[in-house]
Amino acid sequence: MELLSGGDIIVRALRDAGVNFVWGYPGGAALHIYDAIFRQDDVHHLLVRHEQAAVHAADGFSRATGQVGTALVTSGPGATNAITGIATAYMDSIPLVVISGQVPLTKIGQDAFQETDMVGVSRPIVKHSFLVTRAEDIAATIAKAYYIASTGRPGPVVVDIPKDVTDPNYKVAYRFPDKVVMRSYQPSSRGHKGQIKRAAKVLLDAKRPVIYAGGGVIIDNASEHLRELVRLLNYPVTNTLMGLGAYPGSDPLFVGMLGMHGTYEANAAMHDADVIFAVGARFDDRVTNDLEKFCPRATIIHIDVDPTSVSKNIEAHIPIVGTCSAVLREMVSIIKQAPQSPDSVAIDAWWTQINQWRAEHGIYTQPRYEPSAGNLIKPQDVIKMLYEVTEGKAYVTSDVGQHQMFAAQYYLFDQPRQWINSGGLGTMGFGLPAAMGVQLAFPDAHVACVTGEGSIQMCIQELSTCTQHQLPIKIINLNNAALGMVRQWQDMNYSSRYAESLYEDSLPDFVALAEAYGHVGMRIEHIDELAPKMRECFALKDRVVFMDICVDRAEHVYPMQVPGGSMRELWLNKSEKT
Amino acid sequence: MKRIISVLMENEAGALSRVVGLFSQRGYNIDTLTVAPTDDETLSRLTLTTGGDDRMIEQIVKQLHKLIDTVKVIELSEGAHIERELMIVKIKASTSDMRAELKRCSDIFRGHIIDVTAATYTIQLVGDSDKLDAFIGALVDVGTMEVVRSGVVGISRGDKFLHV
Repeated sequence: MELLSGGDIIVRALRDAGVNFVWGYPGGAALHIYDAIFRQDDVHHLLVRHEQAAVHAADGFSRATGQVGTALVTSGPGATNAITGIATAYMDSIPLVVISGQVPLTKIGQDAFQETDMVGVSRPIVKHSFLVTRAEDIAATIAKAYYIASTGRPGPVVVDIPKDVTDPNYKVAYRFPDKVVMRSYQPSSRGHKGQIKRAAKVLLDAKRPVIYAGGGVIIDNASEHLRELVRLLNYPVTNTLMGLGAYPGSDPLFVGMLGMHGTYEANAAMHDADVIFAVGARFDDRVTNDLEKFCPRATIIHIDVDPTSVSKNIEAHIPIVGTCSAVLREMVSIIKQAPQSPDSVAIDAWWTQINQWRAEHGIYTQPRYEPSAGNLIKPQDVIKMLYEVTEGKAYVTSDVGQHQMFAAQYYLFDQPRQWINSGGLGTMGFGLPAAMGVQLAFPDAHVACVTGEGSIQMCIQELSTCTQHQLPIKIINLNNAALGMVRQWQDMNYSSRYAESLYEDSLPDFVALAEAYGHVGMRIEHIDELAPKMRECFALKDRVVFMDICVDRAEHVYPMQVPGGSMRELWLNKSEKT
Repeated sequence: MKRIISVLMENEAGALSRVVGLFSQRGYNIDTLTVAPTDDETLSRLTLTTGGDDRMIEQIVKQLHKLIDTVKVIELSEGAHIERELMIVKIKASTSDMRAELKRCSDIFRGHIIDVTAATYTIQLVGDSDKLDAFIGALVDVGTMEVVRSGVVGISRGDKFLHV
């Protein structure tokens, strides 16, 4: 058997775990590992400018491809900088392995230079973590890390490796396990057959059903099964923010996103539903609004791979613990063979009701905002233009705030993994590095980062990473010269007292900034410039283009659920409520 | 109501901190917690007591099970079970009256006097938590100097047993 040092074993084990790309940043405790990377060609390392971005980039890569993302950081500040990225991935169940260097075992606990208890600091935001104490254990631990990260409900796994464990002078036999077996971790499952049958019956009996699909459908690659089920049933489908693309956004059976900034028709349908078929969704507070008033007449079927998600916020009448793909596949086959078909009279009446809601307040039946004119560019129109220019086929990453919600509402995602955003943690600064990860995975695809002048500045240093690794992403900066969502809440709840949400006089010249990094900058101030400039932007295939678009500063995101209300209680615009 | 949960875990560094962290992170209370390796030294058994309604206990059990190091979780208090707690009490016992009274009281509760000085008795008592509470109650007038309790351990009654 081949004898390798700990550092070499790490890199070899990454290769054998199927890793091609590692995002990271070197530092003292990780230098043996970096030297091992330097001496081989199988695993490519991409240097970022801040460790948070390394994790977000690995995360974006994972969301777009379904593979496990990998990041490598050093001890202390390298590790703590990675924390926001790890928490982001944890909240959205994204499979990552984050390897952190650690001070030597002999120094642990002595407050050594760049020492942080990474296993301790990351504990509440990881699926699992390891501190490796022997070079002999590295390969098996890395194999376990990838297995744990990618199975069951996926999530980030931290592997903390002290520097002396990677000592180039201490060599041990290398063997990468063919298979990982853990008696304490056996992720399931196919779902209880009897429960699936019961659920199918309830679903077929429904008069006012809604299919409520979340990020779990995308993570488990179950989108095709969902589409097949919907084709059989002809029922309305809503996707969560994390689930956009699980069911095609442009399909007539899609009633839009649900929740805080969901469509009127999706929220009203949920509220009036007699059966809610929740799949890979977790009844997040940004969906349910007040739990006491949530969907008062609904029988709830809940499919989730994670038992802790079931009946956590909302009691499920028919809980099914299993992977979305296995359960949906079974459900489709049961429904195909069922003696009964959906109640077409009731379903037709239900669609009539939903179409009436669409006509009354739907954002897709007609614009519910003032049109753009002259120097007043509506952010919604920017997203619509992005959709048009990219023919609905771009990968869209976003940051967090109003621009995120506009992108979610107005870019109709037809494919899973096309929409990449930090839904659970709501991490500003996610969009740009995530876009780098996506572009790395799909060099020929259009990758747009929809952002705002607030969010983009949280990881703006990564413009340099884009230069170094030739990642020609397109940045669509909806510049409203304010922390837009904060300002919206301040308008709605704090009598427009804009506490620390304005910074217009100190904003950089984004065009000059982009150019300083070697990219193309564009500033758009008039609606007539939008279409030609957007086309020009996406025609520049090999360049990063930063489109700084001055949008209406006063615009709010609507619909918006009224706090403490039911799902269907919405602000429709600044003066009208349902 | 007191609920007793037993967990079999991999005897790995950090496993206990994950359990303790879970409770604080999710806003659950731990009333008592004991942990020690089992006869199989690769496994630790952890027993904890907590309060909460059925839904909260269900969540706690599920969340404990979700921890990667967890092999088995059961709620002991759901079925017939035996629970025991050990308590050691140091009490002032400087006069013969006090000594006689404490000896009587200890005998009634089936305690053992395990250490004696000129001025103190140290009494060991084993039982369920209520019995230990009752003993402390009986000593109210005397006044204890120091009380140490092990926390609850428990096991199912009958043929049921917790194993890998």
